[in-house]
Amino acid sequence: MNNPVFPEQASSFAVEVDAIYYLLWALTIGFSLLVMAVLIFLAYRYRRGARVDRSKPVHSDLRVELLWSVVPLIIGLCVFAWSAHLYARTRIPPDDAMEIYVIGKRWMWQMQHGNGVRENAELHIPVNRNIKLTMISQDVIHSFYVPAFRVKHDVVPGTYTRLWFRPTKTGRYRLYCSQYCGTQHSQMDGWVTVMEPEAFERWLEAEGNEANVKTVGLADAGKQLFDQMACGSCHGSNAQTGSIPAAQRGGSLNGLYGSLVKLKGGRQVKADEAYLRESIMRPNEKIVDGYWAIMPSYEGQLTEEQVLQLIAYIKTLGKSEPPRGGQ
Amino acid sequence: MSAHSEAGTPVGASPETSAVSSHRSEPSYLSAGHTLRSWLFTLDHKRIAILYLITISAFFVVGGLAAGAVRVELISPRGTFMSNEVYNRMFTLHGVVMIFFFLIPAIPAILGNFLVPLMVGARDLAFPRLNLLSYYLYLAGGLLALTAAVTGGVDTGWTFYTPYSTFYSSSQVTMTIAGAFIAGFSSIATGINFIVTIHKMRAPGLTWFRLPLFIWAHYATSIIIVLGTPVVAITLLLVVAERVFHIGVFDPRYGGDPVLFQHLFWFYSHPAVYIMILPAMGVISEVIACFARKRVFGYHFVAGSSLAIAVLGFLVWGHHMFVSGQSMYAGMVFSFLSFLVAIPSAVKVFNWTATIYKGSVSFDAPMLFVFCFIGLFLIGGLTGLFLASLATDVHLTHTYFVVAHFHYVMVGGAISAYFAGLHFWWPKITGRMYPEVIARITAVILFMGFHLTFLPQFLMGFAGMPRRYHYYPPEFQTLHVMSTAGATVMAIAYLLPVIYLVWSLKYGRVASANPWNATGLEWQIPSPPPTHNFDEVPVVTGEPYDYEHLALSENEEADGTRAAVPRPQLDPAARGGAA
Ligand code: HEC
Ligand code: HEM
Ligand SMILES: [Cu+2]
Ligand SMILES: [Cu+2]
Repeated sequence: MNNPVFPEQASSFAVEVDAIYYLLWALTIGFSLLVMAVLIFLAYRYRRGARVDRSKPVHSDLRVELLWSVVPLIIGLCVFAWSAHLYARTRIPPDDAMEIYVIGKRWMWQMQHGNGVRENAELHIPVNRNIKLTMISQDVIHSFYVPAFRVKHDVVPGTYTRLWFRPTKTGRYRLYCSQYCGTQHSQMDGWVTVMEPEAFERWLEAEGNEANVKTVGLADAGKQLFDQMACGSCHGSNAQTGSIPAAQRGGSLNGLYGSLVKLKGGRQVKADEAYLRESIMRPNEKIVDGYWAIMPSYEGQLTEEQVLQLIAYIKTLGKSEPPRGGQ
Repeated sequence: MSAHSEAGTPVGASPETSAVSSHRSEPSYLSAGHTLRSWLFTLDHKRIAILYLITISAFFVVGGLAAGAVRVELISPRGTFMSNEVYNRMFTLHGVVMIFFFLIPAIPAILGNFLVPLMVGARDLAFPRLNLLSYYLYLAGGLLALTAAVTGGVDTGWTFYTPYSTFYSSSQVTMTIAGAFIAGFSSIATGINFIVTIHKMRAPGLTWFRLPLFIWAHYATSIIIVLGTPVVAITLLLVVAERVFHIGVFDPRYGGDPVLFQHLFWFYSHPAVYIMILPAMGVISEVIACFARKRVFGYHFVAGSSLAIAVLGFLVWGHHMFVSGQSMYAGMVFSFLSFLVAIPSAVKVFNWTATIYKGSVSFDAPMLFVFCFIGLFLIGGLTGLFLASLATDVHLTHTYFVVAHFHYVMVGGAISAYFAGLHFWWPKITGRMYPEVIARITAVILFMGFHLTFLPQFLMGFAGMPRRYHYYPPEFQTLHVMSTAGATVMAIAYLLPVIYLVWSLKYGRVASANPWNATGLEWQIPSPPPTHNFDEVPVVTGEPYDYEHLALSENEEADGTRAAVPRPQLDPAARGGAA
């Protein structure tokens, strides 16, 4: 059972978030008590019938008004700055983070590890490793929330959202869907298990073998799919495949992930997961400079899981082959 | 503002009233007709206020029963008597009714309707027919929403987030939205009426800075209503368009953007929280000045802060979306602006506190409700900062912490103020006094019950308890049970006024024209007021809240150092020339 008042501090953010939280409580209680004390004191002192000096009442005073606007403002802005600074750190995942994919659907969480191991409503991760979740929903908006880590992010259909954290304590922590998603919203929960690294490796191995079919790594599954869907006929690295004239093909996808793509019209975008997904599902939204808008849309033909596999595969292309040159 | 009040249309200069000096020249608005027709088709703003009072109270009961059902259900971690489907419909019903059909209209449509013309010295609102229409729009919207509730209910939450509301929910979304949409027009009509009345119908001498702060608050509220409500109306229409005609706006499968809905929705709904609290703040200013026998400290700052809130309130909607996927930099800007918007509210609280300094304070029930308001609103407003601060909001959003925050401001704040106002003006509205002792006891019960209900929700929110959860982890049970116990106490505190106020209609002491010795124009005419409000056009020659000479005489009276001074029934300033 978790503590219902002081939640476990199990991530690298938790202590600092709590520090701001308790600072705010100190300010809240301090201010409220101060104002209430002054109010009650004045109300008692100047109660009707009391013989006190009421001469020369004050009705307005610019200095006082400035004082009690500016002082709270300065205190508030300090809290703002601290909190915004911490927030920025929670939003930008470090490069070395271990990637896990999360699919939310009514009313279940599905996690995909890089080696293909899949879990439902459970997430196993190693302690003291940066973990980055790339998340998408198959239906409505959900929200991935682990109170012990003090992190949460909505999981939206149609686009990827990201969340990262670094668990600092082994244990089992509650996972919730915190964005209302319909009938069984409150049953869309689960557990995050944080393990020692060796235990995690053993678990990953065992889990990989346990699933009676041989687990295929995400990227490998993506490669199979890439061939199966004949993406290579347009995106083949040696572009002599098939009968499609070169002018109507797409470019090589090598080294694409993480690079800056120049679009028709001159805009540049970073090729992150969201961009790759959009390129596959709605290719005509953003056309790469120098190419035609001839890539077919795969929306409706691929499940979110398959898209994730393709993306995982495309991401490996940057690593194994030389970066694409100027086309 | 060049349109000076002197240019305002003086009303009430017609011969049948100006010749008579007696106040009883005309029957009170209550006895001006006893047929049902005379009520249902009345154009009198005071009677329309009564229609609103009755209808809005009925909706309050509906919303309250739903809240009670939700609280009882949550006594046990696996629920006590509802299915998921029913639970989800119940909290949605509670939210929809309380926000759209109780809190938004409550103070403006009841107290505002009754008092705005009286306070500016006018005979009615600028557009009496529009006023009646607004009532029927409200009624139609409300009945439609209730029909939706009994013919299947809605399960989207009051926020109608897409794409759940446009595609996945199989409940009565369209009908409920139609209800809220129609009620929106009622708000707009009332807002326009207030704006025009305040601009054009002020009594001679009633310049902008002589207006009671209640009027300033309603003016600011009306601006928000008129600018904001059309946006939510269109947004709700888009939801219906997507739901019924599959026009892709929000659902990514039709090429829409689900987060766009949240932007549009909060663009209205954040300002809407100020629609609920600003009129409440107006009430507080009136009541505190009267019972402290002091001019409100920093009048210009209190008035100006209402406008500041109205403007800034439109710039902070993104603080509801820190984890929705909006950009990190947008989040920072919205967080910054949210810290700014808290300042005008704080300024008001400080000014009210300073008002008491050198005052002459009495502790009648309306004043106790004001203390209730300040005590609860402080905590509500300050916990808003936990949610405006980015890193803490990431943890606290979507949890009971948010639920506790907005109940502190809306229920602790707005409803306490509504009660303060209802008690304060009850003698004016009905001509009867409410029973004082039990009213004071009610204020105290309310304060205690409130904390018991909502303090535990801060704790469980921080510990991670998500909102809108039917089943919850067993470790939260104790806190949930405390909250339900508190809700029971609050139910008593809400039931008591219903009983004793109704009782007072027949058995209450008959009220004089000015039982509180208050200075506003509304107190210079009989209780209850005659249909045409003022026999003669009042002419205003001084600032509002001219209480201090009263403080002096009343305290000397109490001292026995001087013979009782006759209490002035009419502020001479308010009765200048005319006629
Ligand atoms: C008919 C030929 C064709 C097929 C088949 C095709 N594509 Fe494309 N693809 C293109 C063209 C042309 C472009 C560049 C124009 C654009 O941006 O739409 C492109 C662009 C892309 C991009 C963005 C590339 C960049 O440099 O930014 C990605 C990613 C991509 N395709 C992936 C795929 C995947 C995965 C498949 C298989 C499921 C696939 N494509 C099948 C023609 C094709
Ligand atoms: C005084 C300054 C205030 C600040 C800084 C503030 C801040 C916030 C923030 C940041 C949120 C979003 C929380 C989240 O979803 O994570 C929020 C929610 C809310 N606030 Fe406030 N607030 C303030 C005053 C008020 C007032 C006066 C009211 C109403 C009278 C109010 C009513 C609400 C409501 C209804 C919600 C929740 C809506 C929902 O998600 O259902 N707030 N507030
Ligand atoms: Cu969910
Ligand atoms: Cu808000």
